[in-house]
Amino acid sequence: MRRLIVILPVAIFAGLVGIMIALLTDSERNDDLTRLPSPLVGKPAPTMNLPAINDTVPGGFATSDLKGKVSIVNVFASWCVPCLAEHPLITELAAQGIPVFGINHRDQPEAATNWLRRHGNPYIAVGADADARASLDWGVTGVPETFIIDANGVITYKHVGPITQDALDKKILPSLRKAEGR
Amino acid sequence: MIAEIGQFTLILALVLAVVQATLPLWGAARGDTALMALAGRTAIGQAAALLIAFAALTHGFVTSDFSLAVVFQNSHSLKPMLYKVSGVWGNHEGSMLLWVLVLAMFSAAVALFGRNLPPSLKARVLAVQAMIGIGFLAFVIFTSNPFARLSPAPLDGTGLNPLLQDPGLAFHPPLLYLGYVGFSMAFSFAVAALIEGKVDAAWARWVRPWTLAAWTFLTAGIALGSWWAYYELGWGGWWFWDPVENASFIPWLFGTALLHSAIVVEKRDALKSWTILLAIVTFSMSLLGTFLVRSGVLTSVHAFATDPERGVFILAILVLTIGSALTLFAIRAPGMKGGGLFSPVSREGALVANNMLLAVAAGTVLLGTLYPLILEALSGGSAKVSVGPPFFNATFGPIMVPLVIMMAAGPMMAWKRGNLRIAAPKLIPAAIATVLAIVATFVLVPDGPGLAPFAMGLAAWLAAGTLAEWAGRIKLFTIPVAESWRRLRGQPRAASGMTLAHLGLAIMIVGITGSSAWRTELITTLVPGESAEGAGYTVTLTEVTRGSGPNYNYERGLLKISDEGRTVTTLTTERRFFPIASQTTTEAGIYTTILADLYGVIGEPGRTPETANAWTVRFFVNPLVPWIWLGAMVMVFGGSLSLTDRRHRVGVPRRGRVAKAARPQPAAAE
Repeated sequence: MRRLIVILPVAIFAGLVGIMIALLTDSERNDDLTRLPSPLVGKPAPTMNLPAINDTVPGGFATSDLKGKVSIVNVFASWCVPCLAEHPLITELAAQGIPVFGINHRDQPEAATNWLRRHGNPYIAVGADADARASLDWGVTGVPETFIIDANGVITYKHVGPITQDALDKKILPSLRKAEGR
Repeated sequence: MIAEIGQFTLILALVLAVVQATLPLWGAARGDTALMALAGRTAIGQAAALLIAFAALTHGFVTSDFSLAVVFQNSHSLKPMLYKVSGVWGNHEGSMLLWVLVLAMFSAAVALFGRNLPPSLKARVLAVQAMIGIGFLAFVIFTSNPFARLSPAPLDGTGLNPLLQDPGLAFHPPLLYLGYVGFSMAFSFAVAALIEGKVDAAWARWVRPWTLAAWTFLTAGIALGSWWAYYELGWGGWWFWDPVENASFIPWLFGTALLHSAIVVEKRDALKSWTILLAIVTFSMSLLGTFLVRSGVLTSVHAFATDPERGVFILAILVLTIGSALTLFAIRAPGMKGGGLFSPVSREGALVANNMLLAVAAGTVLLGTLYPLILEALSGGSAKVSVGPPFFNATFGPIMVPLVIMMAAGPMMAWKRGNLRIAAPKLIPAAIATVLAIVATFVLVPDGPGLAPFAMGLAAWLAAGTLAEWAGRIKLFTIPVAESWRRLRGQPRAASGMTLAHLGLAIMIVGITGSSAWRTELITTLVPGESAEGAGYTVTLTEVTRGSGPNYNYERGLLKISDEGRTVTTLTTERRFFPIASQTTTEAGIYTTILADLYGVIGEPGRTPETANAWTVRFFVNPLVPWIWLGAMVMVFGGSLSLTDRRHRVGVPRRGRVAKAARPQPAAAE
């Protein structure tokens, strides 16, 4: 009896370890942790009408502009270092003919203009969101974030954080294809 | 260059740990004194090496060396100096470096102050300590290197999580780690005792100060964290049963149980295997806490660096450390002979009940924390639930009630065989105080929740019972006051520490009851100049100004609080936006009196042009909240006072007594 009791702690611990291993090796779950589930996925893009940053940057766009063709909405800012890291990939996407709309999040018009001039402007249109009201409607938790919108103006995918080559190949491009196929 | 020195000493520490974990253990088995003595020297060397590594990392943060990846990710040149320093441990890599540093410092403390330990026990304790060190040093070096360089070096950093830029939180992690890691001492002593196959009163006397120190740090750390959540998160609450809060609370509960069961081993030579198990479990829970926070198995506001790969590594350390300790326990524990017998009504009996209740309480919190994970694993990821305050309030509270009732009576019981007929009359003052408190609460706050007066009665019971026991010890009022004074001065500090710690809990219960039973709040939107009535006060938003701090912009609202035309205070509350992190934090405005906190925060202004000047204002009256922190302070003071007790004072050269203490003393003098 006493022997059994002293083995009990090890046995309980072994059970706990089994559960931990199951949770850690569940790769789908680990993806979920980095890709915060957004309640907006499957819903129409929120209504907004953003002004242009200034005369030199093409832009100003409204929710209605997102309809008719599969498009990408990218939330960025000139002060955001990861945005710069993903910028070449955004440019690549735009070069493939996908319309990329930019929401310029909490930025100074001058800083944003300079940033786009220096690093290139892949955006079909940039909307200024200086007070982050639109970002709030989009459920943006940080910059950068990227959304895929289908031809009906419905959000089909949300990516949190900078897009990496890996994410582009495994997530963004398949999601785009899926949105186009529908 | 300096970072490379840090990298080098970090690796050196690992090498020293490998030596410390093996040779002394072998020496202890063969009775080789030279090999055993190696343990002390390597322990001190390891602590020195890690101290240099930590200093090197701190240097990187203070000088904003953005060629270091961690500095780039967690610091910014504009950050105030305090947060540059606290940024060292405000990130995954740095906090793990702090973890191993604290571990090594505790080992070094044993090496330096443990002169009266038998050499074999000392060598084994340090070897076990080094084994834990190897695991975590390897973890730091191979998965979370704090000295990784970036090339080319960025011009500026990305900033520390703004929530962590707060004086309260700057010192929360170090204190918490001193507590968590401090329990490693009890663990190492337990494992060493299992290897030696000998647990006696002397062993318990050596373990207790380390446990007590860890407990005191952990109490302070948890209280500081809770205080931070109270004024920084702006939710008006101070404890949320968040998984990470629980991760620190579970070791605290087990540690408290260990503290008490070690007394029984020390004084009565009983409860040995239980105490050993508790020592293992307490540290295991600290490790589990580290694992849960660091692995991403639980997501929470606190988990600022999560990575499944690191999780697997920590899990491996956990399996090796806890698994082997528990297996060793299963092999050795049956051979341990129980000591003195005692009747259920006795000091030992009360302490056993205390242990049972604390263990059940800790188990309940553990279950509530892990249940969502267990369910998710068993259902293959389809069932996601969260366990919140309703569960903990419904289960944890009822377990605490008998515990607190016991707490007043326990210290009055005699060892071995107590007598209820002798103990009961001593509890009469406590019973009177309880009735008075219940009645007074009913009369003063007639419309509150029905349970609140009884909770106040419980606090009065504990406070009065504790004070009565203290008065009995110094024979207050039964002998001349001067004589009582002399007895008071002659009290062992450990006993006074116990009295204070128990009183601290009574004070805390008052605060917990007040804040959860009688909290009132007002949530409204106000245009500057407008007023609203609620929670018994008139709240006026006098003005909102905008400005900027060192690395943030703020909206500062002034809330004038008045009571029937008389201005009580003006609360200053801020919403801070940190552009570098693109994150907003809240600074609550708090006006504290001994009876209540007036707590105000402003939220966002309205979203349409017409309401752009209308601000969400939340105002809380949190009765008795300051008593929670006061209670925690009294508990920490009690723990510290007990630590300075002559019996615990380690390393004091008193040769005669040391020699005597080195031998097992089954019936240690009171």
